[in-house]
Amino acid sequence: MVIGSQPKDFLLAVEALTVSFDGFKAVNDLSFYVDEDEIRVIIGPNGAGKTTVLDLICGKTRATSGSIQFRGKELTKLRENEIVQAGVGRKFQNPSIYEDLTVFENLEISFPRGRTVFGALAFTRDAAVRERVEEVAEMVFLQDKLDMSADLLSHGQKQWLEIGMLLIQDPDLLMLDEPVAGMSVSERVKTAELLNRIIKGRSVLVIEHDMKFVEDIAHKVTVLHQGQVLAEGSMNAVKSNPKVIEVYLGH
Amino acid sequence: MSDNPRFFNRSELLGVLVLAVLLVVVLPLSVDIFRLNLVAKYLSYSFVAIGLVLCWGYAGILSLGQGVFFGIGGYCMAMFLKLEASSAANTKIQSTPGIPDFMDWNQITALPSFWQPFHSLAFAIVAIFVLPAIFAFIVGAAMFKRRVGGVYFAIITQAIAAILTILIVGQQGYTGGINGITDLRTLEGWDIRTDHAKLILYFVEVACLIACIFAALIIHHSKLGRILVAMREKEDRVRFSGYSVANFKIFAFCAAAVFAAIGGAMFTLQVGFMSPSFVGIVPSIEMVIYTAVGGRQSILGAVYGTLLVNAAKTSFSESFPQLWLLGLGSLFIAVVLAFPNGLAGIWRDHVQGQFERWSASRRARSGASKPRVADNVPAE
Repeated sequence: MVIGSQPKDFLLAVEALTVSFDGFKAVNDLSFYVDEDEIRVIIGPNGAGKTTVLDLICGKTRATSGSIQFRGKELTKLRENEIVQAGVGRKFQNPSIYEDLTVFENLEISFPRGRTVFGALAFTRDAAVRERVEEVAEMVFLQDKLDMSADLLSHGQKQWLEIGMLLIQDPDLLMLDEPVAGMSVSERVKTAELLNRIIKGRSVLVIEHDMKFVEDIAHKVTVLHQGQVLAEGSMNAVKSNPKVIEVYLGH
Repeated sequence: MSDNPRFFNRSELLGVLVLAVLLVVVLPLSVDIFRLNLVAKYLSYSFVAIGLVLCWGYAGILSLGQGVFFGIGGYCMAMFLKLEASSAANTKIQSTPGIPDFMDWNQITALPSFWQPFHSLAFAIVAIFVLPAIFAFIVGAAMFKRRVGGVYFAIITQAIAAILTILIVGQQGYTGGINGITDLRTLEGWDIRTDHAKLILYFVEVACLIACIFAALIIHHSKLGRILVAMREKEDRVRFSGYSVANFKIFAFCAAAVFAAIGGAMFTLQVGFMSPSFVGIVPSIEMVIYTAVGGRQSILGAVYGTLLVNAAKTSFSESFPQLWLLGLGSLFIAVVLAFPNGLAGIWRDHVQGQFERWSASRRARSGASKPRVADNVPAE
């Protein structure tokens, strides 16, 4: 990439990204750009390829062609753990936590230190780790559950724990896949408040169906349809776009 | 929450202490040297079982080829002892004096080059640690970097055990073939065949075992140990927490290999020979059964499981030689179905709770009860 060929440096530049599963193009020639500190929401009907896009960025799925540049690094060539170390964090749709471990241990594992084999062997639970774990636990409303085994948490609490695990990683790009899905009304409210707090100072890529929630947080919305960008812009512009109304919002 | 989990919790230290007293004081005083030597033989398998707890119990990597590493350790030790026993003076009736007897029988006239360094005890001891680690690293890197796991990994390790057995049997002139390496006599001039030597070696083995238990506990209580458990459950999440899952699996497999090799070396010293019958598929699977019976998530449980299954094997196979293998198989199935956490699970669920209630009430009565800091790590 030639410096200066673009008006400004994007945090994330997805260009001509394509992935094909046995001939079916789940993501087809997709391009979009995310700025520093931008909150971008991806919406679209089921099967539009939203989750696949996140899978491609975090390395879970390998791209067939195209490029994903993150701070000038080509993510399509990196392994999952290298992508995380580059500063990309991912929250999965279903809470993905370690149920055999306690809440504290779940958060501690995500603390970005001692990530090599021998680093992990020599890792000590010092004051910095404990303070950070307690701080994050408080943010995700789990401060009095630190010693509890994670499988005893409710569904909503598991979602919060996973968000906490991402926070402790302190990623520059946070990717959230339906963070309020399956939550009770009161949990939703708390989660929206939590997300509003944690998205400051970093870029966030969110997949969400809850339109009110999207309106609350989105700087810019990208609408995906059949693996391609159908529309992009502010929530109001997208909402009044006839194509979007037809395939998604109208229903 | 404030105490560092690296320091073992009290119940574990107590458990190691009980085991040490049992092995160092109770058994030597209560059984004769013949039985004690049998215990020593069983204990050499328990090194493998400890490795399997790390690799299978914690990290979820089932290896059905631990006999390979047991064999590597055993053969390293046996090669050194055999060379010492094959001095020119001892072998002057051979057509080529100074080489092991089985080489002479196989018309080999010079010591093969890979045998040469085993003249040195120091080299043999280093090899016991380094060779299995290198071999496990190569196998592990080849498998785990390609994300081969689960049943496929188990089958491949089993195939490696079969291949190594065939190789050892086939290369009779270099390995001693099906008979293995026999007629081992002295260790740096010290006769290891006497009862007194066996007693000393028994204590050396117990010391090594306790050291290995502590090493395994350190690994278990480090963050690495928690990552192994996390990996067993949610491999993908570990990747997306920024860890290279393959490297951690390779580490667990290498650690298990080194433990197994130490056991193999101890076996050779105790029993006085090493043969391919301890390398192949059957012994490898038996070692998994010891671990399962003891409790695959308990380091101490694995030691007791090994001792009990082997004691049962010795006594049953004396009375019902044909039925023993069926019995072992049924035991394995019964344990997996009814007690997935083995003896350690039974202990934890049915005995430990009552013991703790009893000691808590005693402490309360004595009035010296201090608020106890909750343990971070569930007791085994």
